[in-house]
Amino acid sequence: MQTPGYYRPETMTEALDILARGPVTLAAGCTDLFAATGARALPGPVLDITGVDALRCATRDADGVHIGAATTWSDLVAADLPPAFDMLKQAAVEVGSLQIQNAATLAGNICNASPAADGAPCLLALDAEVELASASGARRMPLAAFVTGPRQTALAPGEMVTGLHVPADATRGISRFEKLGARRYLVISIAMVAARLVIEQGRIAGAAIAVGACSAVAVRLTALEAALIGAPADARLAAVVTDALIRPALAPIDDIRADAAYRMDAAAELVRRALAELVAGS
Amino acid sequence: MNRALTTLTLSVNGAAHALPVAPGRRLSEVLREDLGLRGTKVGCDAGDCGACTVLLDGAPVCACLTPVAQVAGRAVTTIEATREPDALQRAFLRHGAAQCGICTPGMLMTARALLARNPHPTRAEAAAALGGVLCRCTGYTRIIDAVCDVNGDDAPAPAGAVGAVGAPLPRLDGLPKVTGAEVFGADHCPEGAFLVRAIRAPDAPVWFTFGDLAGWAAREGVQVFTAADIPGENRFGVIPSFADQPALAERHARLRGEAVALVAGEASVIESLDLDRFPVEWALMSECDVHAPRPDNLLIIGRVRRGDADAALESAAHVVEGSAETPYIEHAYIEPEAGAAWMEGDTLVIQACTQAPVMDRDSTAAVLGLPRERVRIIPAAAGGGFGSKLDLSLQPLIGLVTLSTGRPARMIYSRGESMASTTKRHPAKMRAAIGADETGRITGMRFQGAFNTGAYASWGPTVAGRVPVHASGPYFIPHYHAEADARHSHSAISGAFRGFGVPQAAILQETLFDDLAQQCGIDRLKFRRLNALQSGQATVCGQEVQGVGISACLDALTRPWADALARAEAANAGGGAWRHGVGVASCWYGCGNTGLPNPSTIRVGITPEGALRLHQGATDIGQGSNTVITQICAEALGLPVDQFSLIGPDTALTPDCGKTSASRQTYVTGKAALQAGAALRAAILTLGNMGPDARITLAGSTLLMRDGAGERRVDLRDIAPDANGYAIAAEETYDPPTTPLDADGQGIPYAVYGYGAQIAEVAVDATLGTVKVTRMTAAHDLGRVINPQLAEGQVQGGIAQGLGMALMEEFIPGRTENLHDYLIPTTGDMPLIETIFIEEPDPEGPLGAKGLGEHVLIPTAPAILNAIRHATGARITTLPALPHRVLAAIRAAR
Repeated sequence: MQTPGYYRPETMTEALDILARGPVTLAAGCTDLFAATGARALPGPVLDITGVDALRCATRDADGVHIGAATTWSDLVAADLPPAFDMLKQAAVEVGSLQIQNAATLAGNICNASPAADGAPCLLALDAEVELASASGARRMPLAAFVTGPRQTALAPGEMVTGLHVPADATRGISRFEKLGARRYLVISIAMVAARLVIEQGRIAGAAIAVGACSAVAVRLTALEAALIGAPADARLAAVVTDALIRPALAPIDDIRADAAYRMDAAAELVRRALAELVAGS
Repeated sequence: MNRALTTLTLSVNGAAHALPVAPGRRLSEVLREDLGLRGTKVGCDAGDCGACTVLLDGAPVCACLTPVAQVAGRAVTTIEATREPDALQRAFLRHGAAQCGICTPGMLMTARALLARNPHPTRAEAAAALGGVLCRCTGYTRIIDAVCDVNGDDAPAPAGAVGAVGAPLPRLDGLPKVTGAEVFGADHCPEGAFLVRAIRAPDAPVWFTFGDLAGWAAREGVQVFTAADIPGENRFGVIPSFADQPALAERHARLRGEAVALVAGEASVIESLDLDRFPVEWALMSECDVHAPRPDNLLIIGRVRRGDADAALESAAHVVEGSAETPYIEHAYIEPEAGAAWMEGDTLVIQACTQAPVMDRDSTAAVLGLPRERVRIIPAAAGGGFGSKLDLSLQPLIGLVTLSTGRPARMIYSRGESMASTTKRHPAKMRAAIGADETGRITGMRFQGAFNTGAYASWGPTVAGRVPVHASGPYFIPHYHAEADARHSHSAISGAFRGFGVPQAAILQETLFDDLAQQCGIDRLKFRRLNALQSGQATVCGQEVQGVGISACLDALTRPWADALARAEAANAGGGAWRHGVGVASCWYGCGNTGLPNPSTIRVGITPEGALRLHQGATDIGQGSNTVITQICAEALGLPVDQFSLIGPDTALTPDCGKTSASRQTYVTGKAALQAGAALRAAILTLGNMGPDARITLAGSTLLMRDGAGERRVDLRDIAPDANGYAIAAEETYDPPTTPLDADGQGIPYAVYGYGAQIAEVAVDATLGTVKVTRMTAAHDLGRVINPQLAEGQVQGGIAQGLGMALMEEFIPGRTENLHDYLIPTTGDMPLIETIFIEEPDPEGPLGAKGLGEHVLIPTAPAILNAIRHATGARITTLPALPHRVLAAIRAAR
């Protein structure tokens, strides 16, 4: 459909062509776009990518896992993915409501760049890379580099996100997501944690742990990850998980949902719980 | 703005529609406004409430977040898909799952998707599936009951039985709520209606000056209205002597969100207007008194004084003192204010959401400079009210546009407008001290409450008056001194919200009772039972009350209390982060106005053709008065409920039944209905010269009377109809026998009180401070249970609101004006609820009945706070008990 002001192409070529012509609002699930306006219709011009079938996929090959930019949270839940993605699936069912999960996309969650984006910590802990394309070519960058601040990304003019790529090495291990909110469903997180562990011969061989809603953008706990390598994957792991390895990475704020001091404590506790659950289940 | 149209072919409920539309238009708008399928409701336009849920290829989505371009070639299913109620809709009716009905279509569509993939869901599965649809009335229990019992027994309701009082009749007005046919404020669009939007103050207090309004209006093709256009007195208020609120602000705005101008025009023009370009300039004012004639912002002080509280506290064996602070609480009904206006001859007709049609009529007439009889108010179905829809909102605004232009006018508040501009629960800062003798009997209490009443008076005087009367709780306190003041601020207006300040006061009083019980070394439930008010005792107002049911409620909780304590102890025995606790709290609440006249009038008649009509002017905002009032009238008249047809509410058709507030409809209007039913019965029996025990039957135009001695027939067609068209009719007015309170609050503020007590069981994560309420056991004294199904629905819904107040709700102007920052409970936050009804007849209430609507919310929050304290030692004095506050309190207690 090509109505002036609202474009819904069916191929990537068309999409990139429209993108090259001038500024547009990129739209997929529209759950953030509509929530941000009181208008009856999306203010244009809009490039709606949901007509491009090729962008709706969650596939696995030797390179890793590819998640297209129009892939919804419900699509992800239904996809056949290894246990490293369990945390992402656990996050998926906490994104808004089922109604939201049926429309909203993972890529949109990343592009909206809310500090409380439920997808961000999981994708960080999956070493996700953001795939970008424009009429002049394609590029790929780490998620941590793509989200540059609250509501800010490295998306260049004339460029769109086409998908998320999880490298094969990051598809290993087991994972868990912990979310803390003031009510059960449909809630913006106070804090959340995504943790992925690779366990070999009873010891931690790889660790990827990220915290959301406790800093301007979600962050990996690299100091903790390094300290965990070689640690026993059992109840003794708790002794390794010290506040000193967690707190310096975080910079929480006071807001209506919680104060900063609480967020700091809660994040550390959620990390401990996620790791304890993972080693208990391994 | 994207105004380009394209032709899309939509498949809605199996039918194809080719429509010229803007591709980026919200599907909800296309369905409602372009296709006229208004069964899909809009509550937030942000995906926060789920009311607009439709199925897209069988999967639930929010229609408000779906650009219509994305549904081309896919199957859209809405509530209108089933013309006759299907099994799920019938289950909703059978279980009383719809109260106001505004969330019902979204709930039904979401449940349909669940049942399609899982025909036999567990309660947990149903709760998870429905977690994205908010309901503010029901507490979700009956919705989940209905979903899990979709194929249950469809036995016909016993509406045909005479003597319907006490029967769990499904609500009489339920069918349109489950089919989506109900007409809420936004659902009626008169032909040719102008759409109206308001220009609202971005901050407060602010001066404002308009630029070239005429030029802007001409350029945009719209009409603009300001305070200068208001023909009558630009001031209204629910209490005439305190009326202080302009329909449109003049020169300065006193609260963020106050309307300063209106823009009206063709819907297509108004929809795409950029209101940020409206020619107005704002200038922040320095702080000053909100209303010059009220120094220090003091609106009013309410006081009740009996005996010598200071002396009693001084000589008490045990004394506890404490304070509590509660925030603004938003009503968060799922229906933002909406309505339409039009002219019928020279009468201005307004069909909008309301709880108080006659007050709306009188206030709107005054603002617009019309005699009352030239304004007719037809209440639209109210998608929740809880007190806020007692006050005028858009009525004078759309009235002004229609009166000025002659065109129908329609206005629908956005969620943000609704939350910013309408009334809230009063924020309160309270202190109290309570003393007891060595045996644990309370000897004295002192209470001081400061209530922030916001920019306008609204119900501030009522709150300040009610709080001192009720702050004792349902207990005998011989020496008592309570004061509550209401002060203005340049902030959101505080008005009526389920309980009028009493829930705030109960939070302090009931948590202090736990302290006092502990000091006295008495079990907390026993302590309350020991001090419970008894029939024949004097309240703190010196009123000797009868039919007092609090002891019976507390007695009924004896066993559940022991069980709950045992459960908590067992759960705590294993250790771990989760600590379990139990709390209890009581309530009482006087039904109707405080020491002021408060009448209701009911008319009931039979036409010559045999139509039995009840003129029922009490607005049913979901609580069930359409059903309960009919049951009472049917009982008194002796004809079955299903022979009644309901007229109104409508100020042109129904006598005044007052406002739906203060738990007064079952009692006050119910009593009028009882008397009207009895009067009609007496008239019929006189006609037949029959004794009082005769059985009456209505068949066609024939009234048949029969008793042991014989039978009589009366053909109604033989009787000349009265001015209202009735062959035989009765009209009765009932006004509660109260007296005004003196300067010390002594007198008879209410003729009837209701009582209750609730046990809360909670689990607290002592490491994270999160709280899960696992079970509530609620014992309420209704005097006489008119309809147990509806009464249970009130209890469950009140508990949901009380739980929200305790744990998550805080309205912050300018910050939480949406339903994702302002949290109300979801399906997953609700505990198991067990309800126990006590019938301690009230000598004044109809058939002994008492009110219930507000009572149910009052004990919930303090019971939960007491349970958190029991579990962890944490004393929460600032609400809501968000996780960070709970954790801090747990640490402080260690």
